[in-house]
Amino acid sequence: MSPEAVHQEAHHPALAHHFDSLAQQSEATTLGMWVFLVTEVLFFGGLFATYMIYRSWYPDAFAAASHELDVTLGTINTVVLITSSLTMALAVHAAQLGQRKALMMFLILTMILGTVFLGIKSVEYYHKFAEHHVPGPDFVFEKEHIRHAQIFFSLYFVMTGLHAVHMIIGIGIMLVMLYWSWNGTITAEYSSPIEISGLYWHFVDIVWIFLFPLLYLIGRHAH
Amino acid sequence: MSSHIMPTRVYYTIFAILLFCTYLTVQIAFLDLGVLNTVAALAIAMFKATLVVLFFMHVKYSTRLTWAVVLGAIFWLGILLTLTMTDYLTRVWRTYG
Repeated sequence: MSPEAVHQEAHHPALAHHFDSLAQQSEATTLGMWVFLVTEVLFFGGLFATYMIYRSWYPDAFAAASHELDVTLGTINTVVLITSSLTMALAVHAAQLGQRKALMMFLILTMILGTVFLGIKSVEYYHKFAEHHVPGPDFVFEKEHIRHAQIFFSLYFVMTGLHAVHMIIGIGIMLVMLYWSWNGTITAEYSSPIEISGLYWHFVDIVWIFLFPLLYLIGRHAH
Repeated sequence: MSSHIMPTRVYYTIFAILLFCTYLTVQIAFLDLGVLNTVAALAIAMFKATLVVLFFMHVKYSTRLTWAVVLGAIFWLGILLTLTMTDYLTRVWRTYG
């Protein structure tokens, strides 16, 4: 057998030349995604640090402002997002087993749940605009906390807004994954794209797992 | 594919625990525990995040190099948060209004 023929035989179409095997390529892909997620952790970490400093300075204003958020909608959204993480995990599972139909179904479910989350979030944003709880000259709040409550709401909008941007990007990624699943790019041997998209989706879920108690549940017992 | 394939039962179990923890964190928030309210909220959030990382993100079955990167993320985040607070919390001479 000529060297070219040996090469052809060993070569899966998805295997890049600089990797020995699909397994090695998959490990490198996962590692690369995790390195990206480290930068994301620190990106959000800066905002969490800002939150921590201001909350330690103005605990009463933060508690009062937190009370203006809707715990019911926040809880529903937490459940929606955790459920989307489950459907994402099941999508990865289906990809690893090469179950194309199940994979596509779970990707669609994940996108629907992500969209529901964004829909509920926009209803909450609408309420905040209607109640004049958007920082700026028209901000309305009890006089005692009017300055520092604006810091809380600034952080609320930036942190949930940045989170929502990640969700929108995530839904975009899922659309590409859905296309690749449909056209047969994704197989049981080559499921890495679904796996690392899943890592991203779960990371966004984790950010919300921290945002929910920190923004919605401060000092709830007091009122 | 070399990756470990978990039975779906694991995912459903983790999902159920995550939902229960969400219920728990909301219930605890309405009790007056003083400082412990924040401690409990963060402890539950960290527990939930750990479950997501280990099982949904498959880190439990990932390579040691992946473990090192994940622990590195937590370590550097820890530096960011604790060193910032050691500064701010010890500036007792400054009053904020």
